[in-house]
Amino acid sequence: MSEVLVVVEHSGGVVKKVTLEMLTLARELGSPSAVVFGEPGAVAAVTDKLAEYGATTVYAAESDEIAGHLVAPKATVLANLIGQVSPAAVLLGSTQEGKEIAGRVAVKLDNGLLTDVVSLAADGTAKQPIFAGSTVTTSKVTKGLPLVTVRPNSLTPSPAPATAETKAVDTTVGANDTLVKVVSRAAEQKGSRPELTEASIVVSGGRGVGSAENFKLVEEFADLLGAAVGASRAATDSGFYPHQFQVGQTGKTVSPQLYIALGISGAIQHRAGMQTSKTIVAVNKDAEAPIFDLADFGVVGDLFKVVPQAVDEVRKRR
Amino acid sequence: MNIVVLVKQVPDSSTERVLRTDDNTVDRASASNVINEMDEYAIEEALKIKEEHGGEVTVLTMGPASAAESVRKALSMGPDRAVHILDDALHGSCALGTSKVLAAALRTLDADLILAGSESTDGRVQVMPHMLAERLGIAAMTGARKLTVDGSTLTAERQTEEGYEVLTASTPAIVSVWDTINEPRYPSFKGIMQAKSKPLSVLSLADLGIDPSEVGTAGATSEVVEAAKRPMRTAGTKVTDSGEGGVALVEFLTSEKFV
Repeated sequence: MSEVLVVVEHSGGVVKKVTLEMLTLARELGSPSAVVFGEPGAVAAVTDKLAEYGATTVYAAESDEIAGHLVAPKATVLANLIGQVSPAAVLLGSTQEGKEIAGRVAVKLDNGLLTDVVSLAADGTAKQPIFAGSTVTTSKVTKGLPLVTVRPNSLTPSPAPATAETKAVDTTVGANDTLVKVVSRAAEQKGSRPELTEASIVVSGGRGVGSAENFKLVEEFADLLGAAVGASRAATDSGFYPHQFQVGQTGKTVSPQLYIALGISGAIQHRAGMQTSKTIVAVNKDAEAPIFDLADFGVVGDLFKVVPQAVDEVRKRR
Repeated sequence: MNIVVLVKQVPDSSTERVLRTDDNTVDRASASNVINEMDEYAIEEALKIKEEHGGEVTVLTMGPASAAESVRKALSMGPDRAVHILDDALHGSCALGTSKVLAAALRTLDADLILAGSESTDGRVQVMPHMLAERLGIAAMTGARKLTVDGSTLTAERQTEEGYEVLTASTPAIVSVWDTINEPRYPSFKGIMQAKSKPLSVLSLADLGIDPSEVGTAGATSEVVEAAKRPMRTAGTKVTDSGEGGVALVEFLTSEKFV
């Protein structure tokens, strides 16, 4: 079986869920090989997890140049690896960095690229939701191999334990690959909550939450459900919640199993980022709010009454 | 500092957007077209840098004839001039083809700094800055929420999933920005009037030395085989809270096995 390369997303020794999803997808298409980029020593921490999800080869691309520069060294190493192993397909996460690596590889190899795919068949055809999920296209790369970025939460990851052989990869890069130095990396508050784009449940607050202080209620409900916290643009623009948690046309696109919208009217800007969620629940004072048009379950009411009661009720049922 | 801002005209994301039924490309003719919102932040950032460090700001766009309206609108915010790459053969270009054309145009513009929005609201592909950097052999700092210019040294804060990264590079460089970086100015009446007479040069593929077969539908490296409208979501149960709304909500969550 030909290899399918999966570019691993990891942070602090933890493999991100989108990678497990990609390994699960790769198993349908061939023999999954994981490609791990990081500083020297980074690969050993993630190998077991990759093997658990079926990786039979782990390509270890470890160097200070890779860790200390933005994107470009990874693209060079990946393009060289693709040249060596001629994989059946190359999968990356449809994240900012995943797309950027893929874009550079596409130029280097003069190879077509599909982003934001939710499925990839053996014949190379992929499904892509476009225009905020209102249209789904079936697309394929017509020049080169299927080089695709996979949207997080597109499928359910399942383990399939394998024995992974680690192979060191040539990490030589060119002068143009080290033009952008990463001076420092800073983590911002998030705590133990799942990542927004990967979470199975997202609880979001909007203008109706009213203040940064009140967002604690959104966080409390989210933590109770093991959910990530999101916010509408109205909420982030008003300073209620940090911008990186914005869900919508100009923010993150999420597609969780359950999306709970609290005090969000459902303007098209917001719907664009969440309407492919499997189940949608909304709480809003305004019975005419457009969010109710797409909610599977809606409560017309004051979120400061409804949510605390829901929190109590969940606790009672456990 | 010689700054070029990449601007794209896109179908308004607050209206219904569709693909053409004949070739599955974005239907731009029937759409209500606007400047890609994220690009306005790039224009604002360019103007701020010019105000502080001097120089010239050029708007560069590739698109059909209608894109000229968006270019004039961009100019009304304050840039000095614009370049519009216009050629029928560009219709249906993939990202790879688009980057080839933009890179060729950028080579003629000799920019110290190229600014772009982090993504367009139509394709949301997010690859253009890195594709251009790859072709031009220059630095790309993407997803910036803050940018500082000190002589030829650029420092940017890049928004990441976990927080942010501080990046540095020297010019020439391409930087893409998020909407958190600034607050774009509104065009003044004077700006709107002046925009009408600012230089707008039009370049064809021949001007750029690119063979039409390498771009557009003819040179596309991917294709849409089929497109289907997704059924609209339909409203489910809606209850009005009369004291038991929270309980009803949890009952629903329990029935769906989320609790």
